Amino acid sequence: MIGTRPWLLSAPALVLFLVMLVTPLIMTAVLSFNSFDFYGGIKPTFGLGNYADVLSDSYFYEIFGRTFMIALVTTVIAALIGTPQAYFMLRMHPFWRSVMILVVLGPLLISVVVRTLGWAILLGNNGVINEALRRFDMIERPIKMMYTSGGIVLALVHVMVPFMILAVWAALQRQDPATEKAAESLGAGPFTVFRRIVLPQAMPGILSGSLIVFSLSASAFATPAILGGRRVKVASTTVYDEFLNTLNWPLGAAIAIILLVAVLAIMVAWNRLVEKRFAGVFQ
Amino acid sequence: MAILELRDLTKRFGETVAVDRFTLSVEKGEFVSLLGPSGCGKTTTLQMIAGFETPSGGTILLNGRDLAKVPARARGLGIVFQTYALFPHMTVEENVGFGLEMRKVPADERRRRIAQTLDLVHLSHLSGRYPRQMSGGQRQRVALARALVIEPELLLLDEPLSNLDAKLREEMQLELRRIQQEAGVTTLLVTHDQSEAMALSDRIAVMQGGRLIQEASPFDAYDRPANGFVSSFLGKSNAIPGHLEGGAAGTKLRCRELTLDGPASGETPGPVLISLRPERIEFTGEAEGIVAGRVSERIFLGDKWLFKVETGLGELLVVRRNSGRREPEVGEAVHLFWQAEHLRVLSAESAE
Ligand SMILES: Nc1ncnc2c1ncn2[C@@H]1O[C@H](COP(=O)(O)OP(=O)(O)O)[C@@H](O)[C@H]1O
Ligand SMILES: [Mg+2]
Repeated sequence: MIGTRPWLLSAPALVLFLVMLVTPLIMTAVLSFNSFDFYGGIKPTFGLGNYADVLSDSYFYEIFGRTFMIALVTTVIAALIGTPQAYFMLRMHPFWRSVMILVVLGPLLISVVVRTLGWAILLGNNGVINEALRRFDMIERPIKMMYTSGGIVLALVHVMVPFMILAVWAALQRQDPATEKAAESLGAGPFTVFRRIVLPQAMPGILSGSLIVFSLSASAFATPAILGGRRVKVASTTVYDEFLNTLNWPLGAAIAIILLVAVLAIMVAWNRLVEKRFAGVFQ
Repeated sequence: MAILELRDLTKRFGETVAVDRFTLSVEKGEFVSLLGPSGCGKTTTLQMIAGFETPSGGTILLNGRDLAKVPARARGLGIVFQTYALFPHMTVEENVGFGLEMRKVPADERRRRIAQTLDLVHLSHLSGRYPRQMSGGQRQRVALARALVIEPELLLLDEPLSNLDAKLREEMQLELRRIQQEAGVTTLLVTHDQSEAMALSDRIAVMQGGRLIQEASPFDAYDRPANGFVSSFLGKSNAIPGHLEGGAAGTKLRCRELTLDGPASGETPGPVLISLRPERIEFTGEAEGIVAGRVSERIFLGDKWLFKVETGLGELLVVRRNSGRREPEVGEAVHLFWQAEHLRVLSAESAE
């Protein structure tokens, strides 16, 4: 009885997981081995042709390179903003802390599309930022921000910072606040305390936050679709185009699987590295 | 000369007065304990000395220098926190060396002093471990070493043994005393554990409600408690209310319908509270008995027996050493005797 009960209790979640995630995943994987031609459509053959196409085409390398570069830069910036932010929030008066939590989590409460369109309004050539700069005679020609990787990173950071803050926050709450006092009593100034005592203890949070932010950014769709358009393509928007414009579903499926495998591989490697680096220090 | 002097030190948190005009001085090399129940302001006092709380009033002098404007990091005090507050991401060696690093001590001297201090706390063999890989007692020693290695003028300890189990706590008490004496460091300990304070200190400062109640050697604080609070907080005590009457041949104590020999004269006659330690009471024969009573409860504690005896003076606690002899049973009629000199007069106002 005891043996089967946990399985029974988790059955609904398990069924949902199987139906909603595993099934489409398997179907996508199967699809990626099929072949396609413009006249006959999808053929139920089995081969690695799509993978060979993707992996031998520098066009796709460029897209994957851009995707991971955007994800990496987003992760680094989110960590640089989120870590001090989480630390300051920890030290705030409880009232201001609740206000800050609301401000920080705010972006998550707004639909991605609405939020990204907001960024489009801000970043466009005739957008709010360029208009303002022009009005104050600070620029002659508009700075190009729409349809650039930089614009995508900016908008992604905005969405991702809350995840980073929450992860770091959780790690910081586990630390003994007396360690900061101990360091201070031993002669450390505020900056040294942050760098030598707080930051290392926040590290597990920063690393797990980075994992979340990186994988979400690498597979983000709405933000690069709206801010990057056809010109700045990333893996997920390329998959979308293959499916809906070219109608080459098998090729799209192969790109999707490569993205998935690459992200998984990076996550596993990252996790390994972290565990090795911090073995014995953090449980 | 006093290393530390607290003068009328006061701390208010809004309406509550956590520390109330607290005055104390600690001499060089001394081991002083702040003893009091939870919430009496011990930690707050220590935090003000350490520089983590700002006093609402009064002064703190370290070697005659006013600390009001000195930040915590410049006070040079060794502090052992209740949670030990070891840096979890540093090895024992790195933890202990942190203070020296902050003082920019050269690497080779740093290594030498770390080794020397770890030797003092008997941890040399664990210098490469992380705190998580150590037992409570070992972490305690690391915390102590980390505070001692900077050769502080004053060592502050906040309930350092309260996270250890009973047996380890007793061992660490002896260790703490040894280490303090070997290092020769002036020490201020905060504790709510009266046996800890008595075992470790040269002097005890008993606190209640933020105020200093009594400052004395452990023996004097126990034997001549300033009031009913001290006598009941330090060990077990029988509190007997009565009326003291002077006389040519010594004092008399009227209590309920009994009249007893009082303590030596010199006390002001009037209503008083008498304290009598349970271990100063003996069982005796009817002829010598001061009061008669009946054992209502008997508890065996290994090295001693604890009795509750119903008498004409009320219920009295009696503690007898376990000498292997037969002791009275529950319900047995007994006679109690004590030397009149063991009666301590506490002024009646101090009765709770
Ligand atoms: N930061 C604070 N804010 C408000 N009240 C406090 C604060 N710190 C301590 N107190 C109060 O001051 C009193 C003394 O506390 P504390 O010094 O921690 O006692 P102890 O260490 O003797 O147990 C308590 O009544 C406590 O509630
Ligand atoms: Mg306390």
